[in-house]
Amino acid sequence: MKRIRFWGTRGSLPVALTASGVRDKVIRALRAASGRTFASDAELHAFVEGLGMPVSGSYGGHTSCVEIETGGSEYVLCDLGTGVRPFGQKAMARHGPASPQTYHVFMSHVHWDHIMGFPFFTPAYIAGNRIRIYGGHAELEAAFRRQQSAPCFPVDFDALGADIEFVHLDPGGQYDIAGMQVRLMLQRHSGDSYGYRFEAGGKTVIYTTDSEHKLEDPAETASYVDFFRDADVVIFDAMFSLSDAISVKADWGHSSNIVGVELCQLAGARQLCLFHHEPIHGDDAIDRVLAETRRYEEITRSGNPLLVNAAYDGLEIEL
Amino acid sequence: MEFSSQRLADVVVAVPVGQIDHPNAGRLEQALAPILDTADLPMTGLVLDFSRVEYISSMGLRVLLMAAKQLRARNARIAVAALQPVVAEIFGIARFNHVLEVFPDVRAALGQLSKNALAAYDAPAR
Repeated sequence: MKRIRFWGTRGSLPVALTASGVRDKVIRALRAASGRTFASDAELHAFVEGLGMPVSGSYGGHTSCVEIETGGSEYVLCDLGTGVRPFGQKAMARHGPASPQTYHVFMSHVHWDHIMGFPFFTPAYIAGNRIRIYGGHAELEAAFRRQQSAPCFPVDFDALGADIEFVHLDPGGQYDIAGMQVRLMLQRHSGDSYGYRFEAGGKTVIYTTDSEHKLEDPAETASYVDFFRDADVVIFDAMFSLSDAISVKADWGHSSNIVGVELCQLAGARQLCLFHHEPIHGDDAIDRVLAETRRYEEITRSGNPLLVNAAYDGLEIEL
Repeated sequence: MEFSSQRLADVVVAVPVGQIDHPNAGRLEQALAPILDTADLPMTGLVLDFSRVEYISSMGLRVLLMAAKQLRARNARIAVAALQPVVAEIFGIARFNHVLEVFPDVRAALGQLSKNALAAYDAPAR
């Protein structure tokens, strides 16, 4: 595996940056630049880079879609949230309609925000493309067909031109797919969800979203620690604060930044990537959560440092 | 983890000592159980004196939240007092300062929970 590329990182619902949000960023940038001059574009770019994500960028608003670049010719994705639309556009721009490709997609579950991008995934409409959708849910195919049934969508699933196959995977099994060893784990979420462990070329990536952790169950904690063991990157559902996750939002099926740090530390993972951001959080709020998570990691560190990032649409992590 | 407690009028002041990490969270839960289960004694609240707590993990925070639920079901309050700076940071990161009452010291907590308990705390015998 070469790198991870994030196309959609938002939980539950897509989020759009508004005009007032853009204006606020421009004002903050101008205020920061007050009185300064820039001798070159490079100097200007460096200045903008230093402004930080809430001013110079955005964590983005597409729902879950993560690409794992394996180094092979076939594409690998996790989930088909709205982030798969720009992914599909990029793939089409790269290959054109006359060059069939293979897409492997690993589904955490079939809640709306994780499948809603698929009707807008252009390669699905083009004959010759192969799409393999893997998951642990018995109703995987039914969910995709249902969202493209009238009156919800104008194009029926059967009208898609690509060769689409749904492949059931069992937790506990080990699979060889797209040059990777793949394992999945049943997670606690309404209607169940599955986390994935991908291993190839000495690298390990964990994709674990829409997963609630019950702290009172040591056996459950131990099974996650085992699943995350020595991972290079853990992409982790950190939608809620710990207090929300175990009080007012208990049983909503999501986790927190604090539990993410603790599990990764216990597992000896190298990097934690906060994912499935709360849709009511703006860029400042996510940035604050990231800073606090890094601080928590620092407070609790007993061995090697755990690198902590917050995923954003467009983020690439080299493996 | 060490633990002691004393009753001041209608409030129990509990003093855990050390690190409330994953292994110790269960010990804290066990130590609090007799206090929380004493339904026959009138109890306005529980004050956790955290002045000697060096660290608390998510498991430890969960124990506090469970205790708060039990006490609220009895119309009693829970307060945490005298957080060390690192523990105060953890409370903030976990947003526990939004769900538990936090006070700078035990006296301030007692002042909010019970006049009788505060009077007992301030009594000359101390």
